[in-house]
Amino acid sequence: MTPEMQARDNPTFDYRPSPDESAAEPAHHPIIIVGAGPVGMTLAIDLAQRGQPVVVLDDDNTVSVGSRAICYAKRVLEIWDRLGCADPMVDLGVIWKVGRVRFRDRLVYSFDLLPESGHKMPAFINLQQYHMEEQLLARIHQLETIDLRWRNKVVAVRRLADGAEVDVETPNGVHSLRCDWLIAADGAHSPTRKALGLDFRGQVFKDKFLIGDVIIKNADFPNERWFWFDPPFNRGQSALLHKQAGDLYRIDFQIGWEADAERESQPERVAARIRAMLGEDVDFKFEWISVYTFQCRRLDRFRHGSIFFVGDAAHQVSPFGARGANSGVQDADNLAWKLDLVIRGKAPESLLDSYDDERLYGADENLLNSTRSTDFITPKSAVSRAFRDAVLNLSERYAFARPLVNSGRLSVPCTLDASPLNTPDEDAFAGLMRPGAPAADAPVSAGGREDWFLHHIGGDFVAVLFGPRAGLAELIKVDGVPVRLVTVGEGGLEDRGGLLAKRYDARPGTVYLFRPDQHVAARWRAFDRDKLAAAVRHATARQEKTQ
Amino acid sequence: MTQTKLNLEPNIAHPDDFYEALIAMHQGLSEEQSRIVNAKLILILANHIGDEALLREAMARAREDSDQDQT
Repeated sequence: MTPEMQARDNPTFDYRPSPDESAAEPAHHPIIIVGAGPVGMTLAIDLAQRGQPVVVLDDDNTVSVGSRAICYAKRVLEIWDRLGCADPMVDLGVIWKVGRVRFRDRLVYSFDLLPESGHKMPAFINLQQYHMEEQLLARIHQLETIDLRWRNKVVAVRRLADGAEVDVETPNGVHSLRCDWLIAADGAHSPTRKALGLDFRGQVFKDKFLIGDVIIKNADFPNERWFWFDPPFNRGQSALLHKQAGDLYRIDFQIGWEADAERESQPERVAARIRAMLGEDVDFKFEWISVYTFQCRRLDRFRHGSIFFVGDAAHQVSPFGARGANSGVQDADNLAWKLDLVIRGKAPESLLDSYDDERLYGADENLLNSTRSTDFITPKSAVSRAFRDAVLNLSERYAFARPLVNSGRLSVPCTLDASPLNTPDEDAFAGLMRPGAPAADAPVSAGGREDWFLHHIGGDFVAVLFGPRAGLAELIKVDGVPVRLVTVGEGGLEDRGGLLAKRYDARPGTVYLFRPDQHVAARWRAFDRDKLAAAVRHATARQEKTQ
Repeated sequence: MTQTKLNLEPNIAHPDDFYEALIAMHQGLSEEQSRIVNAKLILILANHIGDEALLREAMARAREDSDQDQT
């Protein structure tokens, strides 16, 4: 008997005609975001929290349909926490840390991510994209400056001397809008990218993958990631089983370039594969079946004058390693504060070029890792397969081979080492919190209540001073850019457990300057107001004042 | 006599960089050429190691479980 298809009943949102549609001249907005996916919504929330009005245009009227992103890394959860929407996602999601690697009919080894304790957010959660998007939407509905317009499809994009103009098709017809800044968050097939005729170059992988999101009632698989190389039920190929929220499991079969996608997607054929994989008595329904291929590619630049590309519209990676949504959310985190400062006239427009510098760097890191994983999972030559199989065979008995096994290098936060916004260290420090690093969390107490360090930085520039405040004001301004001062120690945050000082290699007197996106901009062993001001100017792309 | 023991613990600082270079070494070669290149690589490394007892132990470890190596 073929299991039934039980597609999710997604919420739908009403199209509401905007007064812009009947305006005599194209209405003007400072910022328009094309696409209400995870990245577009994250950016809209970040900008709105900074007081910027945003129009978001989406061609659909619902959240993600079917199988998309499922795995979110700690750094991205921390970004969503800064934006006020991570807690419900973590509550809904599945926290996992154990992975098992199988080769043919054997379990060759298991790994535990052994997440470091003393962070608010877990290393990873798994959660269906539609649940994640619904939480972003719930946050958007709390913010009055976001004007989210469903069934508004951008059908043309024109560059203007100082902005952009788009033609928008709605159920009522086509109208035009103008903006100072246009952000394309419109996905891997980005119509904006195509409208501008931009090259999207990279590597095509000649392989196909069959995805089933499957509701399993009678199974009690643990919250683990299971990966098979060359299993008996899918000879010569790979397979993946990963738990999502509720009774839902992601099952992914490599099926080869020559496979007939339509035939392989037939529920009875997918069901036979799943029974061969999990046993004849497994009782399941399908929520989603699809066949996908992928490419690893990116735009040459993510900023094109007044137009920015974020997420999959800017760069596309293989799904191995959960680097799609995770990198896109970091794009949004990187762009929002820069755009805000430039719009307010507190930073020169050249600050926006650093979005290119920093996120191209992040994209290349993701592309490299996901390409390597793909080459290991789907070896493309006899010798590559021989090495791959030899590594797997050895990994069962010998520890040295295990770091060579690559079933996806899971997304880790990007340290912006080469960023032009970093102020290089002049004092000696140990540890990972070098300029460019995203801030590590730690447990603290604030006003006698248990809290987390990351709740106290971000939003604005923040200088964290380990030691007494010594008469310094709580807020200082550097050429109009506010810098909040946070102290650790008497009268400030309490470093309960000492992890904060340890993670930052801090001693009394140590000062860290964090950017509004919580990355380290600079650090010193002693507070010096002139150095702090110079680092803030540097991190906002201002020229140093010559004496 | 050397006292060195065969190291089977992770010993390569950047395993992904190494593996990529290993596969890239074969870029554009025929299967036959790749076999010879692999053999040459083993001989170069064996000469570098030098210790015959160690090499024999490595050979034995490599040969283990060969019934699993057929596809």
